[in-house]
Amino acid sequence: MSVLQVKNIKKSFGSTEVLKGIDFSLEKGEVLSIIGSSGSGKTTLLRCLNFLEFADEGTISVNGEKIYDGSVKRRMKEAEIRKNRLHFGLVFQNFNLFPQYNVLKNVMLAPRLIKADTDENIKENALKLIERVGLTDKIESYPCELSGGQQQRVAIARALAMNPDILCFDEPTSALDPELTGEVLKVIKGLKTGDSTMIVVTHEMGFAREVSDKIIFMADGIIEEEGSPDDIFNRPKSEKMKAFLSKSFENIG
Amino acid sequence: METFINVTVDLFNGFLTTLELFALTLLFALPIGLVLSFCSMSKFKPLSGLVKIFIWIIRGTPLMLQLIVVFYGPGLIFGWNGLDRFPAALIAFVINYSCYFSEIYRGGIESISKGQYEAGQVLGMTKTQIFFKVILLQVIKRIVPPMSNEIITLVKDTSLARTIAVYEIIWAGQVYIKRSGLIWPLFYTGAFYLIFNGLLTILFRLIEKKLDYFRS
Repeated sequence: MSVLQVKNIKKSFGSTEVLKGIDFSLEKGEVLSIIGSSGSGKTTLLRCLNFLEFADEGTISVNGEKIYDGSVKRRMKEAEIRKNRLHFGLVFQNFNLFPQYNVLKNVMLAPRLIKADTDENIKENALKLIERVGLTDKIESYPCELSGGQQQRVAIARALAMNPDILCFDEPTSALDPELTGEVLKVIKGLKTGDSTMIVVTHEMGFAREVSDKIIFMADGIIEEEGSPDDIFNRPKSEKMKAFLSKSFENIG
Repeated sequence: METFINVTVDLFNGFLTTLELFALTLLFALPIGLVLSFCSMSKFKPLSGLVKIFIWIIRGTPLMLQLIVVFYGPGLIFGWNGLDRFPAALIAFVINYSCYFSEIYRGGIESISKGQYEAGQVLGMTKTQIFFKVILLQVIKRIVPPMSNEIITLVKDTSLARTIAVYEIIWAGQVYIKRSGLIWPLFYTGAFYLIFNGLLTILFRLIEKKLDYFRS
C-alpha cells in the first residue's frame, strides 16, 4: 500500500490554473524529486499537500486513508486540518525558524505544545535529531547566530521532531550561498538511510539524480514526465523535458 | 524656603492626578488597542471598515476636542447626567490612545512574515498557539520604539485634561502666577515631566536591550 496517493489535484488562483490535474503515488521510504522551471506549480503542489493551500479538486490519501477530497465542499474544521497536516512535514525555502528561540527550543516547541510525548522524551528526541543534522554544539544558539545552511539543518530537525509520514522540502537550498548547499543536501541524503519518505522540490539536478528513487518533471501545471532518475536524465522523452535538461546543464557548464 | 515646600507639595498633588491618568490610560488602552487592531485586520469587511473609520476620526481630530465632547456631549446631546471630570478625561484618553496603539500593533503584526505563521501551521500548532508562542514576542520587539514614543507623548498629553478642569500639575504650577506672581513653579513642573520621562526612557531602553538577543 502506498504511503501517499495523490489523485487529480487541481488548483487555480483567480483565473490562473496552476495545477491542472496531478496524479502520483509514493511508497514508504521512497524519495521523490519534483523538478521543473519556475511557475510550473511545484511549490503549489507541496503547499496543497501541507494544507497551506486547499486544492479545488482531487484527493489526497495517506496510508490508504483519504484525508482530503476537493469535491467535498464543506470546509474542513481547524482541528481536522491540523490533524491531517501532521502526516506531512515541510521544510521551507527560507527556513522560517522561530527567531526568539534557540536551536533546541525551535525543535521542541511544537511537540511540547501538542503534548506529543512526555517532556523528557521530547527533549531526548530533539537532541537526537539535532545530532543527526550535526549541530549538537549549537543547541544554545539563536537562529541569527547561525549560517543559512545551519538554519536549514535546524529546520529539518524541527520538521522531523513531529515525526511526519512524509517530509516535504520546498527548494531547501535555493536561499543558500552555493558553498552552503552541500551541507544541507548531505543531511537530506542522510535521511534516506532511515525510512523517511520524502518529497523534494529542487533545482539541484545532480542531487535529484543521486538521491531520488523517482523523479517528476512538472511543466505548466501537469506532470510532463515521470520516471526513475536514469529514465529522466538519460532517456528523456518529451521535448519540454529535453529542453529543460539542456538548459539546466548548460548553466552548470 | 517655605514657599518652595508649599509649591512642591502642591505640584506633587497635581502630579498624582497626572500619574493616575497616565497609568489608567495605559491599563485600558493597551489591551483595547490590541482588540481594535484585530478588528481593523478582520476579514469581515463591515467590522474592519467601521473600526478603520473610527480610528480615522479619532486620530484626525484634536484630543482637546475629544475631551470636551466626552465631558459635555452626553449632557447636552442626550440630556443624560454628565460624567465627573476625571472619568470623562480618562475615557477620552483611553479612546484616543487605543486608536494610536492599535495602529502601532497593526503595523507590528503585519510586519511579521507569513512564513512564521506557516511554519507554525505545518507543525500542527493552533492559531492561538502561533500568535502567543511565535508571533507576539516578535511583534513586541518591533513595536517597543514606536510605543515608547507614544507613551512619552501620553505623559505630556495628560496636561490637556485641564481643558475640562481636571486639576493636574501644570494647573497647580500656574496658580502661583496669578496668586504670587511667581514663574518658577511652572518651570518646576517641567522638572517633574523631565524626570518621569527620563525614567520611562531608561525603562524602554532596558526592554529593548532585553529583546536584543534575537533578530527577526
